[in-house]
Amino acid sequence: MRFAAPNAILGGLIIGVLGVCALFGALWTPFDPLKINFAARLQPPGPVYWLGTDEFGRDVLSRLMTAAATSVWISLLTVTAAVSAGTVIGMLTGYLRGWTDRILMAFNDALLAFPGILLALGLLAVMGANKYGIILALGLAYTPSVARVVRGTVLSLREKEYVDASRVMGNSEAYTMARHILPNCIAPLTVLATSMFGWVLLAESALSFLGLGVPPPAPTWGNMLASSRSFITQAVWLGIFPGLCISLTLLGINLLGDALRDKLDPRMRGV
Amino acid sequence: MLRFIARRVLMAVPTLFIMAVSVFALIRFIPGDPAALMLGDMADPAGLSDLRERLGLNHSLPVQFAIWFGNIFQGDLGHSITSSQPVLPLILDRFWISAKIVLIAVLFATLVAVPAGMIAAWRQNSLLDLVLVGAATILLSVPTFWLGLLLLILFGLKLEWLPIVGYVSFSEDPLAALLYIVMPIATLFLHEMGVLIRMSRASTLEVLRLDYITHARAKGLSEGAVLMRHAFKNAFGPTWTLIGLVLGNLLGGIAVVETVFTIPGLGRLLVDSIFARDYPVIQGCLLFIAFVYVVVNIVVDLLYPVFDPRVTAE
Repeated sequence: MRFAAPNAILGGLIIGVLGVCALFGALWTPFDPLKINFAARLQPPGPVYWLGTDEFGRDVLSRLMTAAATSVWISLLTVTAAVSAGTVIGMLTGYLRGWTDRILMAFNDALLAFPGILLALGLLAVMGANKYGIILALGLAYTPSVARVVRGTVLSLREKEYVDASRVMGNSEAYTMARHILPNCIAPLTVLATSMFGWVLLAESALSFLGLGVPPPAPTWGNMLASSRSFITQAVWLGIFPGLCISLTLLGINLLGDALRDKLDPRMRGV
Repeated sequence: MLRFIARRVLMAVPTLFIMAVSVFALIRFIPGDPAALMLGDMADPAGLSDLRERLGLNHSLPVQFAIWFGNIFQGDLGHSITSSQPVLPLILDRFWISAKIVLIAVLFATLVAVPAGMIAAWRQNSLLDLVLVGAATILLSVPTFWLGLLLLILFGLKLEWLPIVGYVSFSEDPLAALLYIVMPIATLFLHEMGVLIRMSRASTLEVLRLDYITHARAKGLSEGAVLMRHAFKNAFGPTWTLIGLVLGNLLGGIAVVETVFTIPGLGRLLVDSIFARDYPVIQGCLLFIAFVYVVVNIVVDLLYPVFDPRVTAE
């Protein structure tokens, strides 16, 4: 047996810590992340407020933890939505082919040719900026790439002997798809979903930074960074910690994604 | 060659058409009268009915689309609600600012990252490779808006070498313009380095494994000749394709960098018009960025044979 790759260990560790913080942040934080306390305004990091306080005297650590919970939750929901919708579209088009396939894929490819964040911006312009708007917008923006991957896998599998065998045995098309084709999509989908978690988290932070994400006072790493800009001369820590959280999370996902890809898809080894 | 160009350009037509349909549909999804949305809250009844006439709102949706699409072909993207300027000149003004920053950043990133990735691949698993890949992965993971903020804190606030925020055009004061534009360019440059080093390394590794490299070594070519004549030349193709995607993604994602440094670019225009519900400008920006993205990728594809002559034969 081989030991896990170092990037898998490091990435797993970072994501593990993030998961614990997010879970913790959803249940308990050292201070109330929304409680305004002008007496403790812009306190530098110290023994009471470990990571300092912001312009309203709110504890930065507590806000970062709550934000972690929010970001992880939004990203998980978005990836789940995109993977489910994309898998259904990809399976249907890949298996049924014909005109459904051509029309859906022409549309799919046109959407793929659009940068994801731009598509999300367009959709947010219509739906308005809030938590569910973001999930819907980003979910729609990332569905086409899932559909493409699943369709590709299905196309290469549907001519296999064991799929024919299942049909000859009298199994229904739905059963054949669920039993013999879907399980083979799981490996490429895992690789895609891992990187997608990172893209979504980054996109959500960027949208929040622009003021188009989760609206304040609810904390997200992105909107904390955005509001830090006005106080950067007096309180550098406000601009440091949220960015560090985003970067570490993305680093963890990138490392984990690389390791997963090496393991599951030898063709893309080293990319 | 002409057929290659014609085919590639034709391939983009359905994509552009579907994008236009999507952008058109976007506004029709919003409940309410599109003419009222286009004119904003301050519209008078005469102006409203006039615009309704021009948009063809009492006709069916396909006719409305045809009218709208026809206007786009004549370069008429409507007028901004907030400033009542025509949309296209407004977009073009802002586009040059963003394009300048993006192009310079990607050019420098390519010049540095491509050789760096190739060297890392050549010395795979050495300390140098580890350092380069590690640095690239870290650069890739730092979001541009935080990287920009860090540069701003370091060079703007602590060292006071560079002005903090703002934008000066080159025609006004070339030196000041340069000082203002350095940090945004550096931000994108560093980020894209991460992306391109990894890609360049991966495609070089792929080529180095191929039989003709072994053959070139076996027939006694020097290591330098093997790398220069056989490996690096063939490894550049995939990276070149990625550069097209990077350019397009940057146009979509540049809004955050423009926000950090308060630069009046295209990304900022799009975000501001989303806040202002300035729908003609939103539509215009989306269409324009999509169009540029498609054009950039066509140009990248057409230039591909220059770097990889094997493609022309096909």
